[in-house]
Amino acid sequence: MTVNYLGLISANDLPASFTKFFVEPVSVGFPSPANDYLESPIDLNKYLIKNGAATFLVRVSGDSMLNANIADQAILIVDRSLKPKHGSIVVASLDGDFVCKRLQLKPRLCLLPENPKYEPIYIQHGQDLDIMGTVTAAINKFE
Amino acid sequence: MKFLALVDCDNFYASCERVFRPDLKKVPIVVLSNNDGCVIARSKEAKAMGIKMGVPWFKVKKAYLTQGGKVFSSNFALYGDLSKRVMNILDGMVKKMEIYSIDEAFLDLQHIQNKNQAYEFGIYCRNTIRQWVGIPVRIGIAPTKTLTKVASHVAKHANGGMGVCCLNNQKDIAHILKTLPIREIWGIGNNLSRQLNQMGIYSAYELMQTDIRLIRKKFSVVLERTVRELRGESCIQIEDHADPKKQIVVSRSFRGKIENLEVLKPLISNFAVRAAEKLRHEKQKCSQVSVFISTSRFNKRPQHRGFSSFQFPYPMDDTRSILMGSKKILAKIFKEGYPYSKAGILLSHFSHPTFIQQSLFQSKDQQSLKQNTNLMEAIDALNSNQTQIYYAAQHPAGLSPIQKSMVSPKYTTNWWELPTTK
Repeated sequence: MTVNYLGLISANDLPASFTKFFVEPVSVGFPSPANDYLESPIDLNKYLIKNGAATFLVRVSGDSMLNANIADQAILIVDRSLKPKHGSIVVASLDGDFVCKRLQLKPRLCLLPENPKYEPIYIQHGQDLDIMGTVTAAINKFE
Repeated sequence: MKFLALVDCDNFYASCERVFRPDLKKVPIVVLSNNDGCVIARSKEAKAMGIKMGVPWFKVKKAYLTQGGKVFSSNFALYGDLSKRVMNILDGMVKKMEIYSIDEAFLDLQHIQNKNQAYEFGIYCRNTIRQWVGIPVRIGIAPTKTLTKVASHVAKHANGGMGVCCLNNQKDIAHILKTLPIREIWGIGNNLSRQLNQMGIYSAYELMQTDIRLIRKKFSVVLERTVRELRGESCIQIEDHADPKKQIVVSRSFRGKIENLEVLKPLISNFAVRAAEKLRHEKQKCSQVSVFISTSRFNKRPQHRGFSSFQFPYPMDDTRSILMGSKKILAKIFKEGYPYSKAGILLSHFSHPTFIQQSLFQSKDQQSLKQNTNLMEAIDALNSNQTQIYYAAQHPAGLSPIQKSMVSPKYTTNWWELPTTK
């Protein structure tokens, strides 16, 4: 396995209990040679969210999407501004409940689970289906 | 010709409650004020059931719930977040806009040349907000702010419309204004409309036709501006910088009735402390503090409303002075033997801290003024964390927690309250 070094975490991201206040003036030494090369720290929001106004977080309950790397209790990044396509993973409301499934448009409108334990949901005439948005990422936490 | 737009969210709070509750798509929804006192928002279905705006909840509760209506306590964390999203989207569409309230914004449509483009923009805007945030909006487009309000009114009431109305020629405008009572016009309140009625002016059209000189002489330049705007002459500009707040109010209804001054005092002190915090947060100073107390309107016992103000010699933001002022007022307006059910505090007459004129007789020197500022900053900083520093006059329980028994989750602002899939 290769590991890429991505960057340092900034002091601003640490919990308040880590932050120290210097009440006394701090003596200064030679300015850091890195000052001219400072870059803003890695920002997960920027990586995960393209359109903030249209993006919502949804928590997964259940393991029906396990094979799409979406575990129980994962957090989904849902972008409502992306038009869902055949094969997109979506959050949809089906008869008043939110579900996360893979969208199948052809040959027949269907919501596919990604776990053989579950059956595909074929949308029957008269069933109320609204696609809330497209899932662009899932965050699974291990610890 | 100039095109301005007013974007107005339909039944905003009720619509927000629906975004994460697809099961409530067609269910009547009402939202209650803080402390679950009155109805402050209604979905279309709740309006159709005859639920009036501002009606006390206990009066309609039984009938409403037995008919299958759904009720929510207000959830301003959710409404605020969804409002911000709507405003961000609008901000990306135009060069200049003014956020007018939590659910309304004026847009300057500089890029629009004609009525067709205006309609296209309106529909695009409406669809985008509906798709991206899930909130329905209506859009009124017209050459002046006052007329965009009229257009929005038409967009709301016209049946089967697209939620977009564009008024840009004299004939259409005159036609609509003839059917519009003057009290529906932006900026015309009950008093003014009564005065105008006495002069025989009932419809917006009649007001528009009235001689400008007469309006200016009998009323004010404000009404003159309204008349000019109805005629299509743009007088009220789009302000793209938010006006600083002009007053701060902290008020609550009490769960029980309070008849004892000693019980009321610490509660008023809590309001004063909270109001002063808000004042400093807004970086303002106030010259006047007012306190009001009132009995319930729905109470069969004798009624009393008390209101009075206290002037400071110079603008200030010190909690201790505000506490002192509010105590004096309360002692003056409180009457023995009345069951008070609501009270509040109002800070007003603001000036920006950097432009404070020092009073000639102000005994405090600059140094102690600075120390007071530092003290208040330190207390605010501590209170914003887990710690709580109380003033001796306060009620130990802090500001009586707002009673919200039916509040929905903070779907968008709290990790532990996110919407969940089944």
